Amino acid sequence: MLRKLTFKNFSIGSIWLWLAIFALIPNLLVLLTSLVEQGDTELIRLQLTFAHYSNLLDSVYLRIFARSIFIALEVTFICLLLGYPFAFILARLRLSERMKSLLLLLVIIPFWTSSLIRTYAIVIILKAKGILNTCLLHLGLIDQPLQLLYTNTAAVIGLIYALLPFMILPLYANIEKLDSRLLDVARDLGANSWQILWKILLPLTLPGIIAGSTLVLLPAMSLFYISNILGGAKTMLIGNLIENQFLAARNWPMGSAVSVVLTLLMALMLLAYNKSRDNNVETDLL
Amino acid sequence: MSDHIIELIGVSKYYHDTSVLHNINLTIKNGEFLTLLGPSGCGKTTLLRLISGFEEPSNGKIFIGGQDMHGIPPNHRYVNTVFQSYALFPHMTVFDNVAFGLRCKGVSAAEVTDRVHDALKMVKLDSYVHRKPQQLSGGQQQRVAIARAAVNKPLVLLLDEPLSSLDYRLRKAMQLELKMLQVELGITFIFVTHDQEEALSMSDRVAVMHDGNIAQIGSPREVYEEPTNLAVAKFIGEANIFETELIRADDKFLEVVIEGKPFKFKNRKGFSTTDAIVTLVRPEDLQVWALSEVTDTQNMFPATVEQVIYKGVTVDLQLRLHNGKALAATQFFNEDDEKLDFNPDEPVWIEWVPGWETILAADEESM
Repeated sequence: MLRKLTFKNFSIGSIWLWLAIFALIPNLLVLLTSLVEQGDTELIRLQLTFAHYSNLLDSVYLRIFARSIFIALEVTFICLLLGYPFAFILARLRLSERMKSLLLLLVIIPFWTSSLIRTYAIVIILKAKGILNTCLLHLGLIDQPLQLLYTNTAAVIGLIYALLPFMILPLYANIEKLDSRLLDVARDLGANSWQILWKILLPLTLPGIIAGSTLVLLPAMSLFYISNILGGAKTMLIGNLIENQFLAARNWPMGSAVSVVLTLLMALMLLAYNKSRDNNVETDLL
Repeated sequence: MSDHIIELIGVSKYYHDTSVLHNINLTIKNGEFLTLLGPSGCGKTTLLRLISGFEEPSNGKIFIGGQDMHGIPPNHRYVNTVFQSYALFPHMTVFDNVAFGLRCKGVSAAEVTDRVHDALKMVKLDSYVHRKPQQLSGGQQQRVAIARAAVNKPLVLLLDEPLSSLDYRLRKAMQLELKMLQVELGITFIFVTHDQEEALSMSDRVAVMHDGNIAQIGSPREVYEEPTNLAVAKFIGEANIFETELIRADDKFLEVVIEGKPFKFKNRKGFSTTDAIVTLVRPEDLQVWALSEVTDTQNMFPATVEQVIYKGVTVDLQLRLHNGKALAATQFFNEDDEKLDFNPDEPVWIEWVPGWETILAADEESM
């Protein structure tokens, strides 16, 4: 009994320790850094200030936040449009188990390559003399190469490509657990396909939609290298801003302040998600 | 509209060359309570899904209300189904569940409210409108499912083993309620079950299904007392089957030998001398006498009591004939026969009142 107890305490204790070292302390450091002044010779000067936060209210920064959120929402929405039918087909079509696992594997395989390398691969596809333009020119669909690379569109394409699996997997988990008899009942009661989609399918897969959207929306705001490489570092997003403050401007307190705000933003969204879960008893599907 | 609400003509169904239903012909009268009875895998649920439109027949035609249903999807058929698992929409209240079908058809909000309240009152759940399905008991969920289907006033209500997941008492109560509801609504019910007692007590007609065929269709009394073949007899109720040697058959009588004793039965089914037959006696028709109770044992068979099962209303006996054949007898308490409490291993005489037996053609299994 005693030994069991010590083992239990040890296990829980080690998890606490792990969380403290790798999550709590780093975050506290960031928070502290955001609250002190920038040094002239050293990185920071230990002088309490809220200046970095009030600076963030400047319209330049607000615009960056707004643009980031807009692009992240755009990416999330397109991921949902692409991912939902995919997840539905994967979960609902009468495929053999082998076929299903194979298709799921295909969703996951890109993760085996560094996403940085995959982003450079997109460059090769999108650039002026890249694969896409060559194909379109040969097909006669366009007269001159499209300027895709180094635009917002390229950044959005890159983000969608990188984040789509995060949308598909939670949706798949949710849709697969959905009782298909409910769809039969709805049809039996006279619902057409649209009514089934709006009244049954979407409400019941809302937890999956929210989970997938959260998993896409949050990284979409912070994956700076994608907008650097594909967007040509022309459009500044929150992720780029943080990178910039830390590495280029050497303004660690400012970068930390942006990070803290981003963290709070994400925390708020997760809170909203949890709230929506509490309101729905049946959402323990995930 | 004709008197026949549903007509199935030569309906068959195959799945990848496996035949599930063979050449089903069935007409169902308007307002009838018809039960499809059979063991699992006999095709009864498939038949229901053909009528509701979730499956299309491989051959044959289905008419509902005189209209050919070929190619018409479930949402455009005037039938509704109550599913075995209730399948209530978990994200909707009881009210929204019941209102679903009406709203899909674009019925006005005021009418929806009225009809939903009427339907819920009918199943005695009008005070539960704002509950979610998971806040209801199994029996209540079942009633919501019934109200949700019935509120659409379908021509036919299909019920796919709707009571099978309820406990015994609740099932009994719901059987009665369903029957009353059907009379009240005047809607044709097609009820699927594997429970023969349920089928007999609720239905106007029972269709006994066996291996994708309708083995017999008739009133509960007909299928129980006059089964047309052994499959029906064995599935509906318990049956004692005596091997029977046919000596001679004429227009009126059959002369037979059972367990070495000669009998003369009426030839009601027109058997001829060359037919192979068996004699069927229901357990409740079998009379059991202690050795001291009888003197004339000419038409009786000697047997040994193996088990005595006291059931309150009846005493069930497991018996064994001297040739090793097992029999079941159900004894009711009555004034004529005071001795019911037999002991295991007690030797007894058994008989039945002449005329209570049923003569059937033998099948391969019984030989």
